[in-house]
Amino acid sequence: MQELDLAPEFVEVAGVRTELRQEGAGRPILFLHPGMGIGLDGSSAFVRRMSEVGGVLAPSHPGFGASELPSWMNSVDDLAYFYLDLLDKLDLRDVVLVGASLGGWIAAAVAVKSTARLCSVVLLDAFGIKISGRETRDIADVHALTRTELSRRLYANPTADTRDFASFSDDRLRAIARGRETEAFIAWSPYMYDPKLIHRLHRIDVPTLVLWGAADGIVAPDYGRAYASAIPNARFHLIDGAAHMPHIEQPIAVAALVASLAGFHQKSRVPA
Amino acid sequence: MRVFHFSEQPYPDAWDPSATSLRITLPNRLCDPQVAAELYNRYYDDWMLADDLGFDIMVNEHHSTATCLSASCHVTLSILARITKKARLLALGVPLANRTDPLRVAEELSMIDVISRGRLIMGFVKGVPFEVPVANSNPGRMMERLWEAHDFILKAMTSHDGPFNWEGQYFHYRNVNIWPRPWQQPHPPVWITAMSMSSAAPIAERGHVLATFLSGYRTRPLFDAYRAAWKQAWSTEAPADRLAYLALAATASTEEEAHRRAAEISRYVTTTGIVAEQFRNPPGYSSIEDNARMLKQAGTKPARMVPTRSGGSIDIAGAQQTVPNLIEAGLMFAGTPDQVFNQIVDFDRACGGFDNLLLMMQGGALTRADTTDSLTLFGREVLPRLREYSRDKASRENAAA
Repeated sequence: MQELDLAPEFVEVAGVRTELRQEGAGRPILFLHPGMGIGLDGSSAFVRRMSEVGGVLAPSHPGFGASELPSWMNSVDDLAYFYLDLLDKLDLRDVVLVGASLGGWIAAAVAVKSTARLCSVVLLDAFGIKISGRETRDIADVHALTRTELSRRLYANPTADTRDFASFSDDRLRAIARGRETEAFIAWSPYMYDPKLIHRLHRIDVPTLVLWGAADGIVAPDYGRAYASAIPNARFHLIDGAAHMPHIEQPIAVAALVASLAGFHQKSRVPA
Repeated sequence: MRVFHFSEQPYPDAWDPSATSLRITLPNRLCDPQVAAELYNRYYDDWMLADDLGFDIMVNEHHSTATCLSASCHVTLSILARITKKARLLALGVPLANRTDPLRVAEELSMIDVISRGRLIMGFVKGVPFEVPVANSNPGRMMERLWEAHDFILKAMTSHDGPFNWEGQYFHYRNVNIWPRPWQQPHPPVWITAMSMSSAAPIAERGHVLATFLSGYRTRPLFDAYRAAWKQAWSTEAPADRLAYLALAATASTEEEAHRRAAEISRYVTTTGIVAEQFRNPPGYSSIEDNARMLKQAGTKPARMVPTRSGGSIDIAGAQQTVPNLIEAGLMFAGTPDQVFNQIVDFDRACGGFDNLLLMMQGGALTRADTTDSLTLFGREVLPRLREYSRDKASRENAAA
């Protein structure tokens, strides 16, 4: 699994020092990483592919990587407002907003608040909604799984997870530990969802693609179908040969689907 | 020196050392309520005897586990408040960072203090990592939550003029006015546990007692950190009654018999850590630095090396966890009353002196008869000598001052 080796730059967004990687040019594609963190999750092939069709911006969420976490932030909603600030700060328009897993939840939480700077949304195996009854988990309790079991559920081919932590630098290990801490901190209870989000998804008024790894053992494809059916202009696609991380296991197929949306043009609703 | 008798109130029938987890996932069909009833009542009998013999009493709580049947310090202490006479009643502790409602903690502790006519000691702890998933409390910022709950509870216990308002970071109340108010004024003593040096200062600065569990010969630097912080905060030497140490203990009339009892109690050490790996370290519970180190070492199983009395270090994992090794590591006091007295005095000197000794004198399947005999011998032959030792020490210190 290749690490993302783009050197990060830092931008200040609403008082938060934010780590940001950029590659490519053209239509902005904002990629919101999963709980593992950008540059630590083997997403480099996917980012590189997307950069062939647009200008990829891959920030670390507050509390992940080297991005600060202000002491008052404790929810995905806080991160969603942070990303609305980032879109304003960088004056991004007609953005393709792509989010994976936790990042998919954040992307949905951004889009229900405002799509003014978005032209489309791509959700990859996103957390964030609750569809079943109180005794049924929609989202596996990843904090109750052994590492082996977790890998088996994350990847269609678990040998794809070849990260050898012992070989990582201390900085990289601290970044992983920090991201794990923040993900748990902001999404512990209710576990990995916001009970209100599903009731707000109707507000997403841009074309939306819900992509799901066919073998996802963390959140099953039916959950993705429910997500898509709650968003007015959404399509659902299964990605074969992938589980919870299709952008890592099938970067070319996923990037091609994102590119199909990036080609969609919508007149910006933000005054120039 | 005050000596507290402690038992986790174990349910050893369900202990299977080959199990992957004796906590969190162990199904409660393995708990026979009739056996549990016998055990509870028997442990309360042990504490009543300890009370008669001049011990103080310590209780604790754990959740979803066969290692400890007490799911609530408050319930155990409520009973002991009524059936014991003289003993101080120490809860060590109430897992404040896992409690969603500190108002209820303040109310219930006040009740216990009043019912016992002022014998309560309030021990507050963060809560063990593997009970975070049970409480479903957030594993992040637990110490912040602990200190806010602590501040709130003390404010509730010391406010006597009608309701006050609390809009904190973690807890919100609008009409705080507890009934009853506590017996002890301004509030029952507060103890906090600490296992690392960085935790000592906030406890010393508030004047609370620092208690540490099974830290053996790592205790001295921890106590010294407390003493330094105390001196900084209060410009005096930290009194020895501000420090507490917990070890395992057994006595008998022969060394051989005492070691047999000690070996049974030491099954606590063998079993307490049997927790499924994924529950041991919820993200945020440990520091970023510690977690980064754990990631690096993942998969390796280091020996459990602990420092010894003589300045060396020994492995107490697995087959090395023998009674002589545990004694050598300062984790256990066991032998005839003479031997136990000497071991305790020796350890007290090595730590620079502390006045509160917490002893797990019942553990594993140690029987009622063995526990009674061990407690009685200790109470008659060791306790008076420890009191005399403390008096002599105090008068020497007074003479020196």
